[in-house]
Amino acid sequence: MEVNAEARRILAVSISKLYASRSQRGGLRLHRSLLLSLVMRSESDSDEEGCDNEITEDKENLSPARQSRKRRGKASVAPDFLPIKRARLESGEDRYAAPLSSCRAGESLAALSLNRVIPAF
Amino acid sequence: MAGPGGDMQWCFSQVKGAIDDDVAEADIISTVEFNHTGELLATGDKGGRVVIFQQEIENKNHPQFRSEYNVYSTFQSHEPEFDYLKSLEIEEKINKIRWLPQKNAAQFLLSTNDKTIKLWKISERDKRPEGYNLKEEDGRYKDPNTITSLRVPVLIPMDLMVEASPRRVFANAHTYHINSISVNSDNETYLSADDLRINLWHLEITDRSFNIVDIKPANMEELTEVITAAEFHPHQCNTFVYSSSKGTIRLCDMRVSALCDKHSKLFEEPEDPSNRSFFSEIISSISDVKFSHNGRYMMTRDYLSMKIWDLNMENRPVETYQVHEYLRSKLCSLYENDCIFDKFECCWNGNDSVVMTGSYNNFFRIFDRGHRRDVTLEASRENSKPMQVLKPRKVCAGGKRKKDEISVDSLDFNKKILHTAWHPQDNIITVATTNNLYIFQDKVN
Repeated sequence: MEVNAEARRILAVSISKLYASRSQRGGLRLHRSLLLSLVMRSESDSDEEGCDNEITEDKENLSPARQSRKRRGKASVAPDFLPIKRARLESGEDRYAAPLSSCRAGESLAALSLNRVIPAF
Repeated sequence: MAGPGGDMQWCFSQVKGAIDDDVAEADIISTVEFNHTGELLATGDKGGRVVIFQQEIENKNHPQFRSEYNVYSTFQSHEPEFDYLKSLEIEEKINKIRWLPQKNAAQFLLSTNDKTIKLWKISERDKRPEGYNLKEEDGRYKDPNTITSLRVPVLIPMDLMVEASPRRVFANAHTYHINSISVNSDNETYLSADDLRINLWHLEITDRSFNIVDIKPANMEELTEVITAAEFHPHQCNTFVYSSSKGTIRLCDMRVSALCDKHSKLFEEPEDPSNRSFFSEIISSISDVKFSHNGRYMMTRDYLSMKIWDLNMENRPVETYQVHEYLRSKLCSLYENDCIFDKFECCWNGNDSVVMTGSYNNFFRIFDRGHRRDVTLEASRENSKPMQVLKPRKVCAGGKRKKDEISVDSLDFNKKILHTAWHPQDNIITVATTNNLYIFQDKVN
C-alpha cells in the first residue's frame, strides 16, 4: 500500500514535470521527456501490480456481483504511446483526472501523459 | 594520491567570475575546455558568450607559481534565435567548445548551441598599417587630385588586440538538440551529435553534412533510447563512439559502411538487480564519454559513477569509481528537485593515470587509477588564498558524523560542478561552479 502511495506521488510529480517542460526555453527536451516517461511507466507498472494485489486481496471479500467485474490485465492496458490527435493540451482534459481514491487515477493520467510525450517530437 | 615524492596535494591558484551570490542565468558556465597545449582555456556560458583565458609566460623567479590565466578574448558566439515553423526558441547557451589543433599563428575553435555550430578564428594583431596612398589616417578617402606621390604603407606596432571572427557557420543539420561535437584526428572533419543523429562535417564545407548515425525509429512511439554523447577516437580517424541514455556505448567504424547504425562494438554492463528502482533508467544514462589520450580506454560518466572501459573488452568496464554512492538512497528527492537529470562531465589527466569529475556542494572527485586512491575536494571562496592547500573533504553517509565530515542532508544541491577540465600536459585543473571558474594546481615541492 505504501509503495502504491509513493508510486502515485512520484507519478504526479512526473506528470507535473512533463507539463512544466513544455514552457521551458528551447522547447521540450527529448532526452528528459524520455526519462520522465520511463519513470512514469515503471511507476505505472508498479501501481498496477499494487492494484492487482489489492484486488486479489479483496477478491475474497467481494460480493459475487462485484467479483464478476472485468479486471484490466496488462495486455489490455492502452499502449504507452498512442497516436495523438491534438498536439497541445486543451481545456477539458481535466475530465481525465479521476478521484484520488481510485488506483486507476494514476494510470489514466500516466496513459494520457505517456501518449503525448514522445510522439510530440 | 601519490606522485613521485609522495601524495599529490592541490593548491588554489585562481578564481574567475563574479563574487555575488545572486547569479545571473546568462553567467552560468556551460562548458570548459583547454586547447591542445594548455596555453588557452575556453569557457562558454548560458548567455552564448565564450571567454578565453591565456596562460602567461612562466614566472622564472618564482617557480613554485605556475603561470596565471588571464582573459585573452571574449566574444558573443551565439544569440537567441526563434524557429518560426515550430514556434520554438533556440537557446544561445554554449553546449560544447572544441579546439582545433593549431596550424598557424591563429587559433580555431568550434562552439555549438542546440542547433548551430560555429568555427571561430582567434587571431592576434599587434601591428597596424600606416601611410596609405589613397586614404587619410582617419579612413576618409583623399581627393585623387591631391595625390602626387606613391608610398608604401608601413606596419607600426600597436597594443595587442585579439580578434575573434566567425569563419564558418554550420546550421540547419540538426532537428534535435546538439549534445556533442568532436574534431577528428584527420584535422579535416568533425562530428556533431544530437539526441537521435550524428552528422559528419568537413570543416571547410558548411552547406552539407553526412548523416552517419540515425537511431530515430520509424514510429516515435517506439523510441527507447537517445544519444547522449559522442567522440572521435584520438588517433584512428575512422573510429568514434557514442553513448546512450540506456547506459550503453557503441563503437563505430566508418570504413564499414556509410551509415554506422550497426555498431562494431557494444559496451554494456548488466544492471545489478538488487539496485533496481523507479529511477534505474535515469541514473544509468551516460552523461559523458571521453577517450583516454592513448586511445586504449574510454571513460563514461553516469549519475552515480565513472567507468573505465578497455576498448578490447565489451562486457564490463575494467574499473568503476563511485562518485557519490551516498546519493543512491536519495534518488527520490533528487528526482523531485530535478538534480537527477544533471549531466556531469569527466576528464583524464595528461598521461591517463588520473581521472576527475564533479559532484554537489561544489565538491569534485579525483581518482588516481594507478594507486587506487581518491580524494574529494571543494571549490570554495573560503579556500581561495593564493597557494592554499585544499583539504580533503568527506561526506558522512550515515551513522555518527565525525568532526570534519559533512552529512548528506547538509549538502547543497544547488552548488554543483558539472564541468571540469585537466591541462593536457601539466597538473593544472579547472572546475566550473555555477558562475565561477576555479583553477587549481598541484603543490610543487
